[in-house]
Amino acid sequence: MDSPPQAALQLAGVSKNFGPVAALRSGSLTVQPGSIHALVGENGAGKSTLVKIVAGVHRRDGGDFFLDGQAVDFGSTAESKAAGIAVIYQEPTLFPDLSVTENIFMGRQILGRMRRIDKATMYREAGKLFQGLGVHIDPRRPALGLSIADQQIIEIAKAISLDAKVLIMDEPTAALSGVEVERLFTVARRLRDEGRALVFISHRFDEVFDLCDAVTVMRDGSYIGTRPIAETTVTEMVNLMVGREVADLFPKQDTDIGDVVLKVEGLQSAGVFHDVSFTVRRGEIVGLAGLVGAGRSEIARAVFGVDRYDSGTVSMSGTAVPARNPRAAIRSGMAFIPEDRRKQGLVTDASVAENIAGVIRRGLAKGGLLTKAQENRAVAPWAARLEVKTSSLDAPAKTMSGGNQQKVVIAKWLATKPDLLIIDEPTRGIDVGTKSEVHRLLSELAGQGLAILMISSELPEVLGMADRVLVVSEGRLTADLTREQATPETVMHAATASSGSQEMAR
Amino acid sequence: MSERTYPSYTHPLWRRLLIGREAGVIALLVIIWLYGYSNIPYFGDTLTLTYILVDMTTVLLIALPMTLVIVTGEIDLSVASVVGLSSAVLGLLVQHGVGMPLACLTALVTGVICGVVNGFLVAYVGLPSLAVTIGTLALYRGIAVGLLGTTAVTDFPANWTELTSRVLGSSGIPTFMMVFVVLAAIFIALLHFSPFGRGIYDIGLSPEAAEFTGVNVQRTKMILFVLTGTLSALAGIFYTLRFGSARGDNATGLELQVIAAVLLGGVSIFGGRGKLPGVIAGVLLIGALSSALRLEGVTVNVINIIIGLLLVLSVLSTSLLAWVSDIRGSRARRHRVQRPTPTPSSVSSQ
Repeated sequence: MDSPPQAALQLAGVSKNFGPVAALRSGSLTVQPGSIHALVGENGAGKSTLVKIVAGVHRRDGGDFFLDGQAVDFGSTAESKAAGIAVIYQEPTLFPDLSVTENIFMGRQILGRMRRIDKATMYREAGKLFQGLGVHIDPRRPALGLSIADQQIIEIAKAISLDAKVLIMDEPTAALSGVEVERLFTVARRLRDEGRALVFISHRFDEVFDLCDAVTVMRDGSYIGTRPIAETTVTEMVNLMVGREVADLFPKQDTDIGDVVLKVEGLQSAGVFHDVSFTVRRGEIVGLAGLVGAGRSEIARAVFGVDRYDSGTVSMSGTAVPARNPRAAIRSGMAFIPEDRRKQGLVTDASVAENIAGVIRRGLAKGGLLTKAQENRAVAPWAARLEVKTSSLDAPAKTMSGGNQQKVVIAKWLATKPDLLIIDEPTRGIDVGTKSEVHRLLSELAGQGLAILMISSELPEVLGMADRVLVVSEGRLTADLTREQATPETVMHAATASSGSQEMAR
Repeated sequence: MSERTYPSYTHPLWRRLLIGREAGVIALLVIIWLYGYSNIPYFGDTLTLTYILVDMTTVLLIALPMTLVIVTGEIDLSVASVVGLSSAVLGLLVQHGVGMPLACLTALVTGVICGVVNGFLVAYVGLPSLAVTIGTLALYRGIAVGLLGTTAVTDFPANWTELTSRVLGSSGIPTFMMVFVVLAAIFIALLHFSPFGRGIYDIGLSPEAAEFTGVNVQRTKMILFVLTGTLSALAGIFYTLRFGSARGDNATGLELQVIAAVLLGGVSIFGGRGKLPGVIAGVLLIGALSSALRLEGVTVNVINIIIGLLLVLSVLSTSLLAWVSDIRGSRARRHRVQRPTPTPSSVSSQ
């Protein structure tokens, strides 16, 4: 693609290695002034590394980097800012105890007479900035307690006060509600119309098509292609991202649903969830849907016994499971794959073998003694079954990709031969290819009679995989939908139901 | 679906044995021993060996459970005070005519109780072990000195005090070392060859993941603090009999010697890393080095400086090794990156 030299931002063949890992092989991106450019790719495709090079966090190892036609090379974030680049991260880091205005003018306060900080002028300037963005935020209020959406607006205001020519937004909408996304888009379009160049990173294709003018796809640390939005389709984008046709993202097969495995009755934890009752049967995948923060993960954690609960009962195949005791839950046949893989699912510094043997090792020991050889023998079939990609069993788990790490966690729990698998966000942070592998596996496991309780924030995943969908809103179950009843509308309606109107849509 | 097979290890056995910190410590120990044996007068005597081993026995005993505690990411600073307290209890009971077996048993139970108190506060109340054991360091020492005042009890039966200096035939190895060898074997099995030991590493590397995997974090920590208390009391009994003197201020400051030896042996103060053979070599290295230097006429202050420097260097060497392997890794990668990579023009025209 031959781009005119006056592009606001141009990167070509940029590479970056971290030790032995090539985070970016050949990243290219050309953004015109007065346009919004989407940057998409699977996790690990190199988007974040590219952004960090533009932001001056990392220095590139090779390739060209032009700003307004000028070759640049940033050694620090300060240089990048001074050159007119601003990056808005998913979760901004503001000083919570300072006012909104002080946050905007941090480090370059407006000085009045005698070099005293001129607060009145600063408040006035901040007010003007918000007015220009068309948002209503009190410049005097502290940053503490602002929603993530408002914090992003503060960051944008800061960028504009610095007269940033290039704004990069790294997955800004991940934690925003629908209304907040709309407001952010309004602000973004306004900035575009002022002639600024915007880069928008997102996993949500509907947003990309709604907001952006052009899209660049990356895969495995390399540039794959750029398309004007008007001339591309979701299918083409997915194919560019994955490098092959994704046949079916959610291949849940029909299975025979058997006896009740997990029965939860009247589970309650003050201020977290209330009166939660449900069952999961053999061969059934039950999806637990709801908004982030509705209490889904908390319910799962309480069932497994890592969190406490005030009242209610949990039983497995008719036998009560004691509260607050993960070991008892494991003995009763539960397996739990938590949301935060790196902190909770894995001991990332430990080896693949040690991680997969994590739960079963107590049973592997002979006469109380356990050797590495015994461990390796026991875990190899599980690693093979899940097609874990690793050079050897003693490689530390932290060197693997997110998808492979998730396979290790799944292997660890399948090795316990569980009756119930609780899986929280099964495919978060996993590339599209591995994602469908995980879905196929879950479906297969259900077919073999495993009961699965799946928590997911991705509606298509819930609708595609689950035989039954439970919706949580503000800590209560607000709907129990069959596969046929579950549509984006019914689930979202129940998920946004306020505590005043809890009719069970049975 | 083809069944994949996996090699168990990335590197061959010799390389895995050579790259660990333990290898460096053991090599240094052998070098010093060989040098001393051939160049320093009296170093090769069996009597010197006896002295080194008897001298280091208390540190060796406490270093075993201390290693496990530090691998979980915790620490126990009260060990020397437990040595003092068990010594005081032993002395007090003997002074009042209690028989040796019962007095020793009571001293051991004292250590168990000290460990239970530490363990309860750390594991079940959830307080930081650094703060808890600084507190009990003062508490146990205070009780110890309170029990005996400034007096020393010295009237121990000779057949008991002799036990500590008896050697195996003409080898110069103290008989009591047999007790240590058995204990070391038990601790090595516990840390390196048992599910419980894997749990210890998991706790040190990621307490949250350990909890989610069903490791009983609280009980594990409790057991480890009880073990340090118990072995510290055993060390206290040995210390008392060896000097034939029970005092409340016995072994003051010993906790730092133990921790220094554990770190020298390759255990990370942040938890999750380190092996017992390295720690045992670390203790013996300190013993052999100070003995060799003393025989060469070096003063105690200079010996302390040298051992201090050795510890700093050994910690530094870990960072240096990591740095070197990092550079080698990225150089190897750069060679691989020379392959042509897709350029914008070649790919977008697909």
